[in-house]
Amino acid sequence: MKRNELWQLIIIHFKELLREPGVLFWGIGFPILMAWGLGIAFTGEKETKKDIAIVNFGEQNKLSRFLTDHAVMDEDGRYLLTINDPVFGKNIFRFEPLDSLDATLGVKRGIYQLMMDNKGDSTVYYLDPANPEARLLQLQLATLIGERHEDDTFSGANTITLDVKGTRYIDFLVPGLIAMNIMMACMWGMSWTIIERRKGNMLRRMIVTPVRRQNILLGLMTARVTMNFVEAALLILFAWIYFDIEIQGSLAALIMVFVAGNIAFTGIAVITSSRTSNTEVGNGIINFVNMPMMILSGIFFSYHNFPEWSIPFIQNLPLTLLADSMRSIINEGAGVAAVLDKTLIMSLIGFVTFGLGLKMFKWY
Amino acid sequence: MVTEYLIDAKGLHKHFKKVKAVDGVDFALEKGEYVALLGPNGAGKTTLVEMIEGIRTPDQGQILVRGRSLNEDKSALYGLLGISFQETRFLEKITVLETVRLFASFYKQPDEKIGKVIHLVGLEDKKDAYTKNLSGGQRQRLALGISLLNDPEILILDEPTTGLDPSARREIWDILLKLKKNMGTSLILTTHYMEEATHLCDRIIIMDKGRFLAEGSLSSLISRMNIPDVALFTVEGTIPDDLVLKQDGPDIQWDRAKGKGRCEMKNVASDMPLLFTFLENHNLRLVDFEHTKPTLDDVFLSMTGRRLSEETE
Repeated sequence: MKRNELWQLIIIHFKELLREPGVLFWGIGFPILMAWGLGIAFTGEKETKKDIAIVNFGEQNKLSRFLTDHAVMDEDGRYLLTINDPVFGKNIFRFEPLDSLDATLGVKRGIYQLMMDNKGDSTVYYLDPANPEARLLQLQLATLIGERHEDDTFSGANTITLDVKGTRYIDFLVPGLIAMNIMMACMWGMSWTIIERRKGNMLRRMIVTPVRRQNILLGLMTARVTMNFVEAALLILFAWIYFDIEIQGSLAALIMVFVAGNIAFTGIAVITSSRTSNTEVGNGIINFVNMPMMILSGIFFSYHNFPEWSIPFIQNLPLTLLADSMRSIINEGAGVAAVLDKTLIMSLIGFVTFGLGLKMFKWY
Repeated sequence: MVTEYLIDAKGLHKHFKKVKAVDGVDFALEKGEYVALLGPNGAGKTTLVEMIEGIRTPDQGQILVRGRSLNEDKSALYGLLGISFQETRFLEKITVLETVRLFASFYKQPDEKIGKVIHLVGLEDKKDAYTKNLSGGQRQRLALGISLLNDPEILILDEPTTGLDPSARREIWDILLKLKKNMGTSLILTTHYMEEATHLCDRIIIMDKGRFLAEGSLSSLISRMNIPDVALFTVEGTIPDDLVLKQDGPDIQWDRAKGKGRCEMKNVASDMPLLFTFLENHNLRLVDFEHTKPTLDDVFLSMTGRRLSEETE
């Protein structure tokens, strides 16, 4: 029997894939698990909650009157307005009366996408038009509430661009990007390199010399962290020149957070790459570590949109710790004391994962 | 006088699942000795050297290097050893010079040593080339150079010339012979090339299925197995069967189909003249004559019933 070459080539590739259980798991099982996990966590909820900061509440203005008349106050003093929509489902808008300082801080942290106030007797939205989430929320408020209540408090409101430093979308984005870059650089720059060197026998070749084994990893870590520092410094410089972003807080605190973040992610990179010499399996494990943080840690969009039960967990993910501390220093003017706890947690994560990683490390 | 061995390994066993990779082996290496571990793929050569290198732990048995256990001080052990694996993928965009410099730092060697090693392995022209741009032979010479950085007393090379063309192989042999002559280095070499073992080594250990089948110099192995030399010849015309059967002395066979004769000679000095006398007495004029000595392949064949060359192709 003469066999078709293309068919044989296809079969051979399938057999190769099926006979590597790691590849199967990371290539097929992991994405399904991710979809299942995230689906359960975030689509099970039939309702969405959106937080809006209200300033000058109660001063007998139109917005205050509307909320007092139509909304329900919860135990935290927020005014809840629930709109059931056949398309958008159940939407709960939570209006939180705050003074302008706290409202601004909330916007900087991504808790609120926009603030609302009154000018004369008309309502005003304060938002950064570059922030897609804020624009979407404004649209929802205008259409859903306006149409439902046949009222122009929300639909006829003016929009004022939020241009206070630290409240713009770019202010939210840049510290997150620096944090994400540190994670990605460590995970791909270190984990991948280690796996490749193990695969090519290079690690084994190195350790059959009198070299100190920890120096092999320390060398890689130092080079990576130095590169991360240069990359972060250039990104900050660019953001300063092009977007007028300033470091409002302490430079010492920023360096401290940067170092702690690097400790955390180099440790995670070592444990991630401690066993496998198969690059496809390595690819899966690196994604397993990276992807949840990429999705959850609020790099591009605030994690406050996720269900409330998940927020404490999300806030303690290494990438969230790093991004949040960087945002608080760059946008809110935080100092060393304010980020000390997060710095310690990140360092601890780094030392523990590095120690465990080294213990289970396969050199060949 | 008790010989002090550089390496003294006794009762080594190593199993992988159900496979006995090394099955009760004793091994010793003397100073200045070149030893070849010869055997087909899967014979256990690499596992044995990896145990000696301290990369694998034996299930049973002990290994002493210069009288000290491998576990005592690995760093000191690696100061004595020069190791080259079957294949190492060096960092691709790092040059030969940079690679040697990196490894020299592991051995605390001065910069002069780097140049010497690059010269010794003949890579001066390639010292600024990225390792990914080296040929297979050049890459093996780089690996060999790195293993020589510490002037090792013991060199352990795992199939250093596998996959290389004959001239690249010969270049590596020349370097190794120079080392033996000039430095008094000892060598453990795993190979499945018979000519490599014969050309380089004082002692050849034939390994199969995790065991040592025989060891000694090529000549002692051959004489121990009593393998005859062979003379192949052609004559004008043919030799009748009855003539061949009648003759006394060495065993002469005539292949009528191929028109070729074959004579096995257990003692060349006495059997060769008898062959010529036989041909002369029967007026058989020689057209072609070839004398072949037994090879390691013949030794392996007589021990296992299999040809080494068949196993490794």
